[in-house]
Amino acid sequence: MSEVRLQSVRKVYPGGVEAVKGVSLEIADGQFCVLVGPSGCGKSTLLRMVAGLETISGGTCSIGDREVNEVEPADRDIAMVFQNYALYPHMSVYDNMAYGLRNRGTPKDEIDRRVREAARILEVEPFLERKPRALSGGQRQRVAMGRAIVRKPKVFLFDEPLSNLDAKLRIQMRVEIKKLQRALATTSIYVTHDQLEAMTLADQLVVMNKGQVEQAGAPITLYERPMTIFVAGFIGAPPMNLLDMPATGVPGLSLATPVAGPVTLGVRPEHLELSAEAGALAIDLTVTAVEAVGAESYIYGALGGQGPEIIVRIPGRDLPAIGTSLRAVARSENLHFFSRETGIRLN
Amino acid sequence: MEKRVVFNGRLLPYLLLAPQLLITLVFFYWPAGQAVIQSFLVQDAFGLSTEFVWFENYQVLFSKPDYYKSMLTTAIFSSLVAFFSLSIALLLAVQADRHIKFAAGYKTLLIWPYAVAPAVAGVLWLFMFQPSLGIISQAVRVAGFEWNPLLRQDHAMTLVVMSATWKQISYNFLFFLAGLQAIPKSVIEAAAIDGARPARRFWTIIFPLLSPTTFFLLVVNIVYVFFDTFGIIDAATQGGPAKGTETMVYKVYSDGRSGGDLGGSAAQSVVLMVIVIVLTAIQFRYVERKVQY
Amino acid sequence: MVQRRRLLDFLPHLILMIGVAIVAFPVYVAFIASTWDAATISNGSMPLRPGPHFAENYYRTIFIGTSSSTREPVGTMMLNSLIMALTIAIGKIAISLISAFAVVYFRFPFRMTAFWIIFVTLMLPVEVRIFPTYKIVADLNMLDTFAGLTIPLIASATATLLFRQFFMTVPDELVEASKIDGAGPMKFFFDTLLPLSITSVAAMFVIQFIYGWNQYLWPLLITTKDNMQTIVIAIKKMIVTQDALTEWQLAMATAILAMLPPVFVVVVMQRLFVKGLVETEK
Repeated sequence: MSEVRLQSVRKVYPGGVEAVKGVSLEIADGQFCVLVGPSGCGKSTLLRMVAGLETISGGTCSIGDREVNEVEPADRDIAMVFQNYALYPHMSVYDNMAYGLRNRGTPKDEIDRRVREAARILEVEPFLERKPRALSGGQRQRVAMGRAIVRKPKVFLFDEPLSNLDAKLRIQMRVEIKKLQRALATTSIYVTHDQLEAMTLADQLVVMNKGQVEQAGAPITLYERPMTIFVAGFIGAPPMNLLDMPATGVPGLSLATPVAGPVTLGVRPEHLELSAEAGALAIDLTVTAVEAVGAESYIYGALGGQGPEIIVRIPGRDLPAIGTSLRAVARSENLHFFSRETGIRLN
Repeated sequence: MEKRVVFNGRLLPYLLLAPQLLITLVFFYWPAGQAVIQSFLVQDAFGLSTEFVWFENYQVLFSKPDYYKSMLTTAIFSSLVAFFSLSIALLLAVQADRHIKFAAGYKTLLIWPYAVAPAVAGVLWLFMFQPSLGIISQAVRVAGFEWNPLLRQDHAMTLVVMSATWKQISYNFLFFLAGLQAIPKSVIEAAAIDGARPARRFWTIIFPLLSPTTFFLLVVNIVYVFFDTFGIIDAATQGGPAKGTETMVYKVYSDGRSGGDLGGSAAQSVVLMVIVIVLTAIQFRYVERKVQY
Repeated sequence: MVQRRRLLDFLPHLILMIGVAIVAFPVYVAFIASTWDAATISNGSMPLRPGPHFAENYYRTIFIGTSSSTREPVGTMMLNSLIMALTIAIGKIAISLISAFAVVYFRFPFRMTAFWIIFVTLMLPVEVRIFPTYKIVADLNMLDTFAGLTIPLIASATATLLFRQFFMTVPDELVEASKIDGAGPMKFFFDTLLPLSITSVAAMFVIQFIYGWNQYLWPLLITTKDNMQTIVIAIKKMIVTQDALTEWQLAMATAILAMLPPVFVVVVMQRLFVKGLVETEK
């Protein structure tokens, strides 16, 4: 069993900066957990604490049944893929992959078998004798993955492994990482700031902000029921429309069931449709810009003529002219209400 | 690499180059040429006639045991200084690299001996190891060890090696620290996760990655020992006792000063020039190699 | 990595502190010796704490000089050293700047020849051609002059190469802009290029000042008069092989005084110093 359990884990740097403010998480055996959040949210620090590269200031971290707070990275039975790959520049691809096994005294023929197997899986067999500098970015990425899988560790850790690749390669590698992780069924923690990567890879998605977990759960749950304004704004592209609503109401916006007190109303662009009929929510907007991205289009409009910007997603390419006044409606199950003070979901 | 945009001027560039070319020709090429020419000449005892003798001066030079002795002395001296100053500097740099926060402070405390003149360094160490009153020679005498660099060649060699090493640590430290800080932290972290203990991490990852710096410093240190240690030797031992610390450069000086054999002295200079040129060429090869990583 | 063992955490500091102490020890001993009287030192009973003769020794060193070996006061020698170091540093920088400017910003016949003539001198330290050079200086009647002391050391391929390298990184657009503004080459040099080169010049100055101040073999040969000696060569002359005659307290005071200016420059201008070292070794 190799589940990872974090209990109120904190990281306070010597200067007094608290990078991680008490995070509790459980990552089940074989689960793919993605930590996502803006830069500086503490996700990388958290990952590095699991790896043993940073000391844990408070709380406990356990892998399997063993608390590892005081265990050296070498003894945690983990493997990590770094953002810049961190390949050993003076070693061949083969030696890069074999290094960890040699350090652990694995017999020579066993090393050879494992390295060749990993190279076959990752399709880097032709490059085994090359130095990392002779490889392309994508190939280096594969070698870094290979170095992780030959060790058959309990846990894989990924620190933004795809952020140095170009867009096309990134999508390709994303699919491969997912397939590989499924096949090996190894518990994985993956850090990224790309919410699309996070959504597609995660079994468990953890959104972090300012050193704390905002929400953790299945990606689709976070998408459908964000528990805070932050998660609502962070997950989904284009982002959810978030409107501050004072108790007096907003011109150009009408709700079938009025709400009491000041709230923030959220509605996703894809849940708004252009319609003259009344809905649970109806907003009048003046078109300020339009974008056709192919199968769908986005309409940007000013609420009530000069209010905040609203994004509406419509299918097809049948676009209104700029300056047109439109009405968009949404159903009540697609409306999200948050407290303006605490940012917490109300409905 | 050439500039795309340039100025027009016929006379001006020559005027701008004139001072440097003039000094270079008068004080570099002229004496160097003189040395080469003289190395092929023999002068009679009164300096009245000279004769062209091809390589006779070189033959004579290489037939003298004391020239080989000075070569050997230079070789021993260079290897000891290079070995000690490189390893001590590396040890210190590795420690400073572990605490980046304090590295700058230690750097300040360690680099200043670079600014001390070699002759002054020689005098400082001589004073501490002066047989009768030196603070350290007294201490070792209490420990039952008779220390006398004025009589014992190995003691004299130890003295100049220590002074030369002391002065060179700062330079090596500076470059090792820069080299260490240029190694990506994640590579070392990857090695830690790969199960390499600190000592193994050092020998299998850090040391190989540092090898371009080490090689570069090795060449620089050898050049340093060849030429810049003249002041140390002259101040601390004057090449003695019994020529025990007479390096090749020091021999050129002491033979030349005693006068007489101009041709032989010139031949020595030419041999040294060849050595410098070889060392410089090695250094340039290194610059080419460095690009590879 | 996970470092929670206090001892292991402290070990690097301990090693570094020992290193710093060993590096500083010879200078400390020299300083202590410069504060005691001759008798205490020569009978080998000097304690490792400062003595009562600091003011007396330094006063004698700077204004009077030793009684036997070097009759000049060290104050004069320091002035000589200063003149030599400044002349060498400024001279090197000046001629290197203009020759690098010529090589980079003009096209003229024998340009590369000139460049190589300068470049090759990298391989000829003064030590290997010391006597022929001495002879030329003697023939030119420059013995015991500041000109003889400094000019042969002024030509420097290092500085020329460094400035050439720097000029290559200056964008061409600046030359074009200067030309459009009607500036000639020298106006461009003084108004644009020189202000841009200021940190490189400063870094070079630090390195060359130390180089100049610490010269030993050359001044030893070139100066015969007492009043032309530099402080670095004077120290050695103060050490007489017959121990009894050596006035160690004055020699050590001189050593301290000889170290002060270059060490001060390195410590105060550390950043420029490091920049200079790294760039000259490329």
